Amino acid sequence: MVDFISSLLGSANFRWVLTGSLLLGFASGMIGSFVLLKKQSLISDAMAHAALPGVCIGFMIFQEKSLPVLLIGAALTSLIATHLIQLIVNHSRIKSDAAIGIIISVFFGFGIVLLTFIQQNFTSNQAGLDSFIFGQAASLIRSDVQLIAVSSIILVFISTLCFKEFKISIFDPSFAKNIGINVKFFNGLLLALVVGIVVIGIQMVGVVLIASLLITPALAARYWTDNLSVMAWLGGIFGSISGMTGAISSTMIGDLPTGPMIVLSASVIFFISLLLGKSKGLVTKAVKVR
Amino acid sequence: MNAITVQQLKVIYDKQPVLQDVSFQIPSGSLTGIVGPNGAGKSTLIKAMLHLIPRKSGDIHVFDKPYAQQKHLIGYVPQRSEVDWDFPTNALDVVLMGRYRQIGFFKRAKQEEINWAKSCLDKVGMLDYANRQISQLSGGQQQRVFLARALAQNASIYFMDEPFAGVDAQTEKAIIQLMKEWKEEGKTVLVVHHDLQTVKDYFDHVLLLNKTPIQYGETQKVFTLNNLERTYGGKISFLDKTPAILQGGE
Repeated sequence: MVDFISSLLGSANFRWVLTGSLLLGFASGMIGSFVLLKKQSLISDAMAHAALPGVCIGFMIFQEKSLPVLLIGAALTSLIATHLIQLIVNHSRIKSDAAIGIIISVFFGFGIVLLTFIQQNFTSNQAGLDSFIFGQAASLIRSDVQLIAVSSIILVFISTLCFKEFKISIFDPSFAKNIGINVKFFNGLLLALVVGIVVIGIQMVGVVLIASLLITPALAARYWTDNLSVMAWLGGIFGSISGMTGAISSTMIGDLPTGPMIVLSASVIFFISLLLGKSKGLVTKAVKVR
Repeated sequence: MNAITVQQLKVIYDKQPVLQDVSFQIPSGSLTGIVGPNGAGKSTLIKAMLHLIPRKSGDIHVFDKPYAQQKHLIGYVPQRSEVDWDFPTNALDVVLMGRYRQIGFFKRAKQEEINWAKSCLDKVGMLDYANRQISQLSGGQQQRVFLARALAQNASIYFMDEPFAGVDAQTEKAIIQLMKEWKEEGKTVLVVHHDLQTVKDYFDHVLLLNKTPIQYGETQKVFTLNNLERTYGGKISFLDKTPAILQGGE
C-alpha cells in the first residue's frame, strides 16, 4: 500500500489533484466556519444543488466540456436559486426551510432532466459530465486543478482580509450597522464566497455533497475551540485532510467517486471531535464534570 | 441645543403601521426613558432612528445634521437577546468590536486598542472575565460586556434597548453609574425602559409612546397619572401601584 501511494505520488497528475483537494478543502473549511455560524448551512446546500442545471446549460450552449464555461453556468443558476429563496421568504408566508426545500428539489430535478437530455442527444464530448453529481477527482486535468488552486487561494485571502467584518456582521448585525459596517455587502460577499467554493469544488466533490465539505469540517472545528479565528483555521485544516484523504482513496480504488470519500473522511473527523473535542466534546465534558 | 430631532417618522410592518406621526426633539445632555406598553414600538423606534430598519417616511437629525453624516457620534447597546451568545468569542473580543471603526476596516487591532477595551471592561467590573467565553457569562455579566463595548465606542449619544431587563443588582448599579457619568460628561442617553417604578429615579426626561408619542418632556411634568392612562389605555392593572410609581423611590 505504501508502495502504491508512493507510486501515485510519482504521477504528476496525481500530485496536482492532491494539491487541488488540499487547497479546496482548506478554503471550504474556513468559509464554512462563517456559513455555519450564520446558520446558512442549508442555503449553501441549495446553492450547490442549483449549480447542476447551470453546468448543463453551459455545456448545451457551448457544446464542449471547458471548465470555465461550465463554472459560469453553475455560478449563475446558484445565484438565481439564492435569490429565489429570498424572494419566496420575503413575499409569502413560506418559511425559509420550506423555501430551501422547494428550490433544492426544483433545481436539482431540472439539472437531472437536462443531464439525461444531454446524454441522449449529444454523443460526443459529454462523457464525464455526470461526474459533476458525485465528483470525480481523477477526471481533473492539470489546467482544471490550477484553476481550483488559484481560486481557493483567492477565496482564503478574501476571508482572512474581511475576517473582522464577517465576524461582527454575523455576531451582531445591528451593532455592525451602527458602527458603519455595510452588513448587506458582507452578507453578499459571504454568499459569493460560497458560490466560489461550490463552483470550484463541483467537479471534485459533486453538487450533492459539496455543502458537507463546507459544513462538516467547520462543525468539527467548533468542538475544539471557542475562538473564531482558531475555528476558521482548524476548519481549513480539517477540510484539507478530508479533501486529500478523499482524493487518495478514490484514486486508489478504481471508479470510486471522490465526493462521498471526502465527506466520509470529514465525517470521521467530525465524529472524533464530537467525542473528544477540547471545548465541547462529549467525553471531554463528561470527564470535566467528574 | 437639540441632540436629536425626529420629524414625522413612520414605520410599517406587514402593511400595518407600527409607528406613525413620531416627531420630538431631545435636548443635548438629557437622560431620556422611552416608556410604553408591550407592542408600543419602543425598540422599533430606536432601531428606526438608528436606520437599522427601513422607515416609510421621516428624517432623523443629530446635532442639526442628517443622521447619516453623524453616525460616528452614536453608540448602541442592543437587547441582549438579539445575539447568539454561543458564538465562539470572548468578552474582550466583543468589547473590541466597539473599536472597529477606529481600528479601520481590514486591519487588525493594535495593542493600544486592546488596552482601551480592557479599561472599558475594568470600568464595568468585568476585567477578570476578559478571556471568558461569552456563553459562560451570566445574563448580567453579558449585559455589562455590552455596556463596556458601548463605552469603548466613546460616543456622544447612546441608545440602549432594555438594558435593565433581567439583570442582577450589581449590573443594575453599573448601568446607573454609567448613565450618571455620561450625563456629567454632557452626553445624551436614550433608554428603552420597562419598569415604571424606576422611571422617576433614573431619567430626567420621558417619552411616553404607544405607536405614536403621547407626551415628551421633563419627567417631573410629563410622568403623570393622566398621561400614563393615555399611554397604557385600558391595560393598566398596575395603576393600583401608581402612587408609588409617581413618587419614585425617594
